[in-house]
Amino acid sequence: MATSVLYQLTIHEAHERLAAGEFTAVELTEAVLERILALDNDVKAYLTLMPEEALAQARAADERRAVGEETPLLGIPLAIKDVLCTKDVPTTCGSRILENFIPPYDSTAVARLKVAGAVILGKTNLDEFAMGSSTENSAFFTTHNPWDLSRVPGGSSGGSAAAVAAGECLGALGTDTGGSVRQPASLCGVVGLKPTYGRVSRYGLVAFASSLDQIGVLTKDITDAAILLEVIAGHDPRDSTSMDVPVPDYNNGLGKGTDLQRVRIGVPKEYFVEGMQPEAETTVCAAVDVLAGLGAEVQEVSLPHTGYALPVYYLIAPAEASANLARYDGVRYGLRVDGGGLIETYKATRGQGFGPEVKRRIMLGTYALSAGYYDAYYLKAQKARTLIKADFDAAFEQVDVIVAPVSPTTAFRIGEKTGDPLQMYLSDVFTLSVNLAGICGLSLPCGFDAGGLPIGLQVMGPALGEERILRVAYAYEQATDWHTRRPPL
Amino acid sequence: MKLSQEEVEHIAELARLALSDEERVLYQEQLSAILEHFERLQELDTDPIPPTASVLPLRSVMRADEPRSPFPREDILANAPAAEGGCFKVPAVLE
Repeated sequence: MATSVLYQLTIHEAHERLAAGEFTAVELTEAVLERILALDNDVKAYLTLMPEEALAQARAADERRAVGEETPLLGIPLAIKDVLCTKDVPTTCGSRILENFIPPYDSTAVARLKVAGAVILGKTNLDEFAMGSSTENSAFFTTHNPWDLSRVPGGSSGGSAAAVAAGECLGALGTDTGGSVRQPASLCGVVGLKPTYGRVSRYGLVAFASSLDQIGVLTKDITDAAILLEVIAGHDPRDSTSMDVPVPDYNNGLGKGTDLQRVRIGVPKEYFVEGMQPEAETTVCAAVDVLAGLGAEVQEVSLPHTGYALPVYYLIAPAEASANLARYDGVRYGLRVDGGGLIETYKATRGQGFGPEVKRRIMLGTYALSAGYYDAYYLKAQKARTLIKADFDAAFEQVDVIVAPVSPTTAFRIGEKTGDPLQMYLSDVFTLSVNLAGICGLSLPCGFDAGGLPIGLQVMGPALGEERILRVAYAYEQATDWHTRRPPL
Repeated sequence: MKLSQEEVEHIAELARLALSDEERVLYQEQLSAILEHFERLQELDTDPIPPTASVLPLRSVMRADEPRSPFPREDILANAPAAEGGCFKVPAVLE
């Protein structure tokens, strides 16, 4: 393979060939940087590129390999969603209010990647503060879907998903509060995994909704997702919500065959609704047939409170956001707009520094928490959250994993939904419940619509069920070739 | 659930957000539509249901009380919009 197409490799393919001495981490990193320079004017996946730092990290990885070290991420070029703190590198959250913020420390997930010898290429675009489903809420620019540049890549981790799909990195970190890893993965035709709440430390992740936020991975295939997750997962004393539970060997846990005998798969009837794109339904049903063909026992299950997930999520997440984003006051970091007095300065700073969707959600959350409405909205939503979680607990008594669509439609046109926030919220309708229940879920490619746009299959598992969902997804992947398709760029 | 202009202004005041006249009108319409959609939540009988604030069991997280070095003051102040004498500088709070 000529070095010019090294960007097409998966993480595990690149690792094998780096280990065999076929090329160096510097050559691999140069190939990916060239790819970025060639494409990113059109795709616009990156907010910040770090070519010099990346090449220095690649040289360091080559030196480590030369003295005998051989680990899966050594010298692998990756991208980081710009909501994760990176020491001495701008971390904007896609917001004007943090345009000039340079963290003095690394988030734990990024620090673990660096220890593992990964090469950090840069920071990827996102909806401002990870609030959105298309990257159109970025204060800087919209990322374009590599499969059709007139369409959105999904969001909020749209920059990371587009970068993986376009070969502008070998893998990426994203975050998923209500679907922000799985939905863009689906719309860009890549793998996106949201781990169980508490599986990955949130230290250094700029908070949006603290009871829902979780760092996830975007990759070209399931094996790569297992490799990346294994590195970033695990207990961290600096995040009291990170679980003190051993991290399995996710990659070896995939199994080498495609046999799904005795695996019980549930298909929730509530995830096939009126108004969804017909191909989103037929493609997912065809994928269920493939799983059955591999020996899985497929049965219908019910998650009866699914229809309430949207209001529950869009009350709880904005309520938590309104509290978390109170810290942007123009005092300790970020933008300050002088308004005269202290209170007026707060208001002017926040009025100018936040974009329309962030202000909308702060308003919605403030309202849900305010005197007279707390019981009717916020408390009510928290109680309904208990019912949504109980639905999953009951379903996982009957089945091992649940499969469903990720998104009711394939990638929509840029500008198509920006005028109607409720329509935009509805694009998350199949991903929100996983976050509310705190369980794990992933998206993997399972087909294309008539227009050639990718469709994702969602595989959901119980808390700490990552090995199960990865194994089922891996078996499906081995039986199909959707994951090998690349956009025509 | 229709929000009034006064309610929108009150929420913006609580959230410390300066809004333009256009934003006030827009948010009045959009938040009203969103809240109306959310009315379906009231169909659910949740009286006997306990709320879920976090999916993790409530527990105390303890660690050894060992001294550690904080971030250097200048590193933290480097991100401040205004600093003076090793402190964050803010507009006068008292007249």
